[in-house]
Amino acid sequence: MDDITCAQVRADPDFIALERGRGRLGWTLAIIMLAIYFGFVLLVAFAPSLMGTPVAGVITLGFPLGLFVIISAIALTGIYVARANSSFDGMTTRIVEQNR
Amino acid sequence: MSRRLALAASLLAVPGIAQAADAAPPPENFTAIIMFGLFVALTLGITYWASRRTRSASEFYAAGGGITGFQNGIAIAGDFMSAASFLGISAMVYTSGFDGLLYSIGFLVGWPIIMFLMAERLRNLGKYSMADVTSYRLSPGPVRTMSAVSSLVVVAFYLIAQMVGAGQLIQLLFGLQYAYAVVIVGVLMILYVTFGGMLATTWVQIIKAGLLLLGATYMAIMALAHFGFSLNTMFTAAVAAHAKHGAILTPGLQFKNPISTLSLGVALMFGTAGLPHILMRFFTVRDAKAARTSVFWATSFIGYFYILTFIIGFAAISMVGSDPLYVLATGAVRGGGNMVAIHLAHAVGGDVLKGFVSAVAFATILAVVSGLTLAGATAVSHDLYANVFRRGRTTEGTEMQVSRIATVALGILAILLGLAFEKQNVAYMVGLAFAVAASANFPVLLLNMYWKRLDTNGAVLGGALGLVSAVALTVLSPGIWVKVLGFHAAIFPYDSPALFSMPLGFLGCYVGSLIGRDRQAEAEAGRFEALYIRSQTGLGAEGAASH
Repeated sequence: MDDITCAQVRADPDFIALERGRGRLGWTLAIIMLAIYFGFVLLVAFAPSLMGTPVAGVITLGFPLGLFVIISAIALTGIYVARANSSFDGMTTRIVEQNR
Repeated sequence: MSRRLALAASLLAVPGIAQAADAAPPPENFTAIIMFGLFVALTLGITYWASRRTRSASEFYAAGGGITGFQNGIAIAGDFMSAASFLGISAMVYTSGFDGLLYSIGFLVGWPIIMFLMAERLRNLGKYSMADVTSYRLSPGPVRTMSAVSSLVVVAFYLIAQMVGAGQLIQLLFGLQYAYAVVIVGVLMILYVTFGGMLATTWVQIIKAGLLLLGATYMAIMALAHFGFSLNTMFTAAVAAHAKHGAILTPGLQFKNPISTLSLGVALMFGTAGLPHILMRFFTVRDAKAARTSVFWATSFIGYFYILTFIIGFAAISMVGSDPLYVLATGAVRGGGNMVAIHLAHAVGGDVLKGFVSAVAFATILAVVSGLTLAGATAVSHDLYANVFRRGRTTEGTEMQVSRIATVALGILAILLGLAFEKQNVAYMVGLAFAVAASANFPVLLLNMYWKRLDTNGAVLGGALGLVSAVALTVLSPGIWVKVLGFHAAIFPYDSPALFSMPLGFLGCYVGSLIGRDRQAEAEAGRFEALYIRSQTGLGAEGAASH
């Protein structure tokens, strides 16, 4: 790709929207995932007795929280795919067609 | 301290099986042998079919880019869910309850990060190997060499752990001798990869993932049915049956040192994003959209699988742990700790299910070692031979020939290493592979795509620093320094080095890029623009349809 094409793509409004949209979505979800996971790990590491508090019958707080981390990992990737499929692909196709 | 390490590590390399060798030779398990024979016949058939469709380099390394997102998602799950995670995590839950969950979760959460920050860009930038992505704008010679070396280190440690685990497991399950078992695994993996390339490897992984998910689902449902589908009943029975009673519902039986726990968390999460055999799978799909879809399916299957292993482990505490059929009078599990899931299969489904699950465990190892060998062969042929040694001046045919020779050589090496390490403690090896991947590969990959000023010096220094520090700190840690080398106290007190070695990897990239900025470094920064646009849009990307 030469410099002229680069500049041309850079100025493409679709490219700017794609770059911003994907950046925002990706980093937001990544930070949420990091916060959830390291929140869980830090609780396990530094507050084991809190995680051992019974919440339903003998089941302790750690189990629903752990399950929550697993479900949220799947849910967050699902959110990313749904958002990306509905907006990124159209923009990408237009950019590729206009700058081929 | 060392006890905790032994437990934590035992998960990852199936070493508990070693003790089994001392017991009486196990009876030959005919159901398992027949089912495994069927699996081998089917996969060899697929390899024959794939070999007729594997003519070009693109077909060999990346299945011609013709794998769909859904198929790739299952294949990734098949590549990633090792026997260590099936037998090891259920064994860990069986031994220490809650703490087993930390491994399940750690192995899963790397996937969303790959999705959000890397998957689409990797697909747009890469061709066959991880190093394609970094050498796009950096100087190919040094960057590819560094990347190939760290990839081979990851592959070697992972492979040794799997081969030793395979030998011990098969010895136990099928009554075969260790050496035969290792040779069978090595030969089958050479056949799959040499003749069928990525296409055969992919289908072996897909079939294995399907079987593993099926078997684990059935086991979990039957186990839950035993407790009237009440988790509370299951946990109550577990607390009553386990020697540690209520302590299994609280963290701390396994992970006592918070820094070690955190460091392991870092290694598991970011290591996934730097494993060469996993990253390579992104080049088998058509475009960024398919890459995205594959991560979603992979995350779903892997997450579901870890929930199952957790149920299996907890159900086993009372169902296996209080049955003299499975447990010796001393409380030790017959055949070693890693047999817990196999015993539970017998408890809920008799000999047939036990045979099925044993065969699936064998198939699991085969699928994982095939993926590893292909990644190793790619580093040798595509990176070191074609692009570093011949500087790109070679033909596709020669490169493929080299990759096949490399596959056979790696396979033989894996067999020899498997035999050499039979009696060794290999428990630390998968952990080390994840730590190296997180410290040497992940920082370079990420910064190459996100930080314009990363130059060749930075990539090489960062990769080298991450690699050396991860290996050195592991050697100095209790896992090797005390348990293998026999010193009294460990110099590095934590079980996993990643909390320190990964930041060192990033620091190396940063410092290396700051010092010695020359014209080459500025040219590399200049090429960032093209890389960035291609990573976002796929403009100029390696097309799938290179027929």
